[in-house]
Order: sequence, then structure tokens, then C-alpha cells
Amino acid sequence: MRYYTYFPGCSASDGGAKAYNWSAQAVSKVMDVDLVELEDWNCCGSTPSSSVDELGAFCMAARDLALAEKTGLDMVTPCSACYVILNRTNTYLNGYPQFKAKVDEALAAGGLEYHGTVRVRHLLDIVTTDVGYDAIASKVKKPLSGLKVAPYYGCQMVRPGFGFDHPESPQSLDKLIVSLGAVSTPFPLKARCCGGSLIISEEDVALDLIYKLLDSASSNGAECLVTVCPLCQTNLDAYQSRVNKKFKTNYKLPVLFFTQLMGVAFGLEGRDLGLKTGIVPVEKVLAKYI
Amino acid sequence: MAIKAKADTFIDEICAIPGGEGIRLCIQCGTCTASCPNADKMEHTPSQLIAMARAGMREEVLSSNTMWYCLSCYLCTVRCPRGIKQTGLMHAFECLAERADLSYAGSFTPTMYRSFNHFACALGSLPELGFMTWFYILSNPFRAWRMIPVALNLLRRGRLSIRARRLTPEGTNQLRAILDKAETLGGVS
Repeated sequence: MRYYTYFPGCSASDGGAKAYNWSAQAVSKVMDVDLVELEDWNCCGSTPSSSVDELGAFCMAARDLALAEKTGLDMVTPCSACYVILNRTNTYLNGYPQFKAKVDEALAAGGLEYHGTVRVRHLLDIVTTDVGYDAIASKVKKPLSGLKVAPYYGCQMVRPGFGFDHPESPQSLDKLIVSLGAVSTPFPLKARCCGGSLIISEEDVALDLIYKLLDSASSNGAECLVTVCPLCQTNLDAYQSRVNKKFKTNYKLPVLFFTQLMGVAFGLEGRDLGLKTGIVPVEKVLAKYI
Repeated sequence: MAIKAKADTFIDEICAIPGGEGIRLCIQCGTCTASCPNADKMEHTPSQLIAMARAGMREEVLSSNTMWYCLSCYLCTVRCPRGIKQTGLMHAFECLAERADLSYAGSFTPTMYRSFNHFACALGSLPELGFMTWFYILSNPFRAWRMIPVALNLLRRGRLSIRARRLTPEGTNQLRAILDKAETLGGVS
């Protein structure tokens, strides 16, 4: 059994990406991975907070890191936004003594201290590096033979680059898809932006980016996409009808979390994986396998 | 001389922010601009903004829409041949604009970021429904009606929670104490 401190993040824990959390927990059991949720964690602050209140945002992330440090385990998050913020906080704390002094002072007001030792990792890193493709393949009960899947990495898991996969041409998700028996389709835009939180404030700008991604996936023959981030999933899935309206297209590409695809291949129950939470229904594409 | 002094002050201000110090290294090659998915939406491209900052154009830089169109996709950051962290620089500009009350009014992004931060700080978690409703009230309530179909779809599939996740009372107090202290420390620099 492998143990990790688990940081689900707001979206996977109680927000729109609960299916990500459910499926992550379900497939972890199969892989003998124990994701122990960090007690009493708070929002990492994400990019929006760090853009309007940098010190406050980093102090929020630092509280989580300080709590995680007490466990002595690697900290794993399924959310790319949490991943980038927690790692950035670590980088800044280790590189800027003056900044660290301020964060330390704030943490001390809450009776906490942080020594900068927590290693923050993305769930996909745990699955592909620690567990490994062979071990995953050995757990597959229903090979996803013939299913054409576009691997969508997005931005913040691979950039600016905290030691996992290539920043522009990543491969880990491609290999994972293959180890589940499916086909990983060429996807030139696999590490390009989905619009992120600008879908809320500048919808048109984000819809253009989502359209390009759907077009790239679809024109390369993908039947569905897999994502590694709650926000990417929401943008591609919940806003797909908006893209269709704006660009007069007719995309019906289901967007799954990579843990959901793993769960299907492992033969787990659809309800444990939250398969019905997709806005674009997944049943038709996965009918052969569930 | 006066211009030089002005430029130095602004550059010093930027360099004092973690990630901002790289601005002195820019050679104006334009790689960041060519890599940016949103460069065409910006009043000034990322490389232009850097040149303006180095020329001491503080007010023009901080009131521009450029940084508010940054997607934090970090493509510029990984491609810069001088190792400048442009995404960090954009965040630094955003924070300085907030502090100077120059947040660009032509974009809804500053309001959205503030609403997000408001909830994240107050509750220690981000209730998506509450945050978005608050944002639409603050920005333009009439835009909210267009969101109804998306919201209904999410609601129907159990993806919009009405209730926010709460920390324990001890956790809430601890976070409050940390953030209150942080507020007295005057920003990152």
C-alpha cells in the first residue's frame, strides 16, 4: 500500500467535479493507493486570489503546506490549479527569504510553521510514475479496445514545470490511455489552454480557445477527451453547447476525468465513477465497455 | 534624468515582487507575444508591456487590460530564452494595479478575481454557485440570465452545490488569524 496526503481542492471536493474525487478514490483502492485527505484544509487561493492579494493567497496555500508537512507524506492533488499554486508557493518560499519571513510571521499567528519540505504532486504523476503503466495494465478487466481518446493535459499540470512530464509535448496521459487498451489519438493542442477561469469573466475569449481544442480533438478522430483538471473538464463539457451555438458546430464529445476512464477499464461501477455527471452524455461512447 | 528616476522606481517596485526580477533581462525578442493565446485581445502585447514598464510608464502599464487577459497558461514562461517568468510578472502587475486602484474597468476579470478571493478568504473554500452569483451581481446582473442553461445543466447532474464546504471552527479561526496577520504585513514585497 502506498500512502499520500490527499488535497482534493474545492472543485473536486464539493464543487462541480465531485466525480473526479469519487473516481480518484475508487481507482486508488484498486491500485493499492491510500489517499488520506488532509484534515481541515482550506482553498489554495488558486490563480484569482494570487492576482489580487498575493501575500494573502500564498499564506492560504502555506497553511495547507504546513498542515501537510506534519504528515510527512507526499501531498497529491487531482487539480492542476491547486498543483501549480502549491508548487509556486514552495518555490517562492525557498527562493525569497524576505517573502518567507512574512509568510512565516503570518503562519505563526495561527500557531503554524512550515519548513518547506512538502513535495506537491499531481495525481497523474502518482498513477503513472509511482504505480506505473504495467501495474495499471495488470488491473484492467475490460480493455477499452478501439476507443479513440484524445489526451488533454491543459496547462498547469505541465507548465511552468514542476518536474513532471514535458511542458509542451507531454506523453504520460497518452501512455496511460494505451495501457487501458484504448487508442490515444494525435492531439496537437493537447497542452494548450482551455480559457481557464476567464470563461466566467470573458466568455467569448474562452469559447474561442475551447472551440480550437474540440476541433483539434474531433478532426483527429477522437470519440471522447480525458482531462486532468476540474476546470478544464467544466470548460470543455459544460460549455460545449455554447461553442456549438457560437461556431455553428455539432460537437458531442464526452469529456471524462482520466480516473473515470481508468475506472471503466478496471470494471468498476458507473455510479462509483460519477459517469452520469457529464453534461455531454458518456453512455453512448462507452456503451461497449460498461 | 527625471524620466530615468521614474523608470528605476517602477522597475524596483516590480523586482521586489517574487518572480518580477526577470524584467531586467528582456531582449524584446517577442517570443512571449508570439506564444500568447490572447495577445490579440490585449491593448499592449506582453513584450510591449515589458518595454513600457522598463520605460517607467507605470500608470499606462497598470491601467492596461493586458495582464487581465493573461490565462496563466505559462506558455511564455517556458519559452522565454532569457528565463523571464512573464506569467509571474503579469500577476505582479495585477497586484500592483489592485493596490494602486487602477484595475482595468474594461474587463470583468478583476471583479471576478476579487469575488473569488472574497469567498476563498472568508470561508476557506470556494462555493462555485455563491461565487458566480456574487460575481454576476457585481459585474452585470443581466449577463446572469445567459448563464441559466449552463447552470441548470450542472444542477441537474448534481454539480452545483448550494452549501459551501466549511472548515472546523478551529480551522476557520486559524485561517482568519493568518490572513489578518498577512494583511498587516503590506503585500509580498
